[in-house]
Amino acid sequence: MIEEGKPIFVQIAEQIENDIIDGHLAEETQVPSTNEFALFHRINPATAGKGVNLLVDDGILYKRRGIGMFVASGAREQLIAKRTTAFQQEYLRPLLNEARKLGIGIDQLTNMIHEEAVTA
Amino acid sequence: MTSTTATPTTTTVIEVQSLTKRFGSLTAIDDISFSVEKNKIYGLLGRNGAGKTTIMSLLTGQDFVTQGDVRVFGESPAENARVLQNISFIKESQKYPDDFKPKHVFASAPWFFEHWSADLAGQLIDDFQLPMNRRIKKLSRGQLSAVGVIVGLASRAPLTFFDEPYLGLDAAARQTFYDRLLADYAEHPRTVVLSTHLINEVANMLEHVIVIDKGRIVIDQDAESLRESATNIVGPRTAVETFIARREVLHSEGVGGFLSATVAGLRPDERTEAAAAGLELAPVSLQQLVVRRTDGSSTEFGATS
Repeated sequence: MIEEGKPIFVQIAEQIENDIIDGHLAEETQVPSTNEFALFHRINPATAGKGVNLLVDDGILYKRRGIGMFVASGAREQLIAKRTTAFQQEYLRPLLNEARKLGIGIDQLTNMIHEEAVTA
Repeated sequence: MTSTTATPTTTTVIEVQSLTKRFGSLTAIDDISFSVEKNKIYGLLGRNGAGKTTIMSLLTGQDFVTQGDVRVFGESPAENARVLQNISFIKESQKYPDDFKPKHVFASAPWFFEHWSADLAGQLIDDFQLPMNRRIKKLSRGQLSAVGVIVGLASRAPLTFFDEPYLGLDAAARQTFYDRLLADYAEHPRTVVLSTHLINEVANMLEHVIVIDKGRIVIDQDAESLRESATNIVGPRTAVETFIARREVLHSEGVGGFLSATVAGLRPDERTEAAAAGLELAPVSLQQLVVRRTDGSSTEFGATS
């Protein structure tokens, strides 16, 4: 689950983000503790804590003293907006680069996307 | 009971200054300095004979320094009961009295370890399915290692050393060890120094990494920044050579028209530049990095000494 090449704490933050986006972690519900994340992913607790804190800094999670971390209201919308911006850079650009390399034009690419969308 | 205990009040648990250890004409440890912070998991890595066990023996008062200064909990560990009662040192070659059985080991452990947890020991005995009434001499290599692992974990010592504690443990038993270590560390934070050759297995548990080579420290860095400190660049030979021309190359190997080079960490704009040049970027694992830095056969290193 943890891969090389990307800081582990960033991967932890992204996985929590994914859980919020797909609804597994609803807004105003409690998220697992840092130690639970650490044991599940078999990583150092300090690293897990760094990932959680990344989301606290972004306002995605907030701390209720003595209880734990919770998903903030509006977190899902905020994450979808952020990910949509990243989508262009992380998915569209490599896609277009590869298409150009293979001589796939925009029209053909559009058709392929339609085809794939139907079967998916 | 004295009023001054060796309980650490600062965040530094171990402080080593200009430490040298010689055995006759052999310099095992060559003028090293480092410190270990409280409640972190350290990896002490390096090849056989690099000096890892010597360092741990000096830190646990089992051997004397030739030159330099070693402080553990602010004091010299040599023949210092106040320091040593806070240390658990689990090594591959632990000796026990001839007639000892595992049950005797665990029964006597609370005398040495103030924070000994009989509950945790009991759970680990079940986990490792350790026969309690068999003489230690009759145990398999893996069972013997399990005895050490159980003592190391259940002692909950503020400073715990594991020196290749896994000999004879199969992959499943090693995973049990790692899982229990992480779980108990999370509940009861303490300083752990783990010496191992199975770097891939422990890489994600480490917070800080110290790599020893020929008695010297070649890496002393937090694990997260170390992960980002090198990248493999793979692609057509000419493109790779152009890209790495102005960079520090740790290692390179080629096949036909292809070249793979390990370079020091890249900034985001450099990664974009590499991608634009048609080069593939691949991560370097901690294990690869340690091999690169301690592989005597390579001549690609920047600095020689």
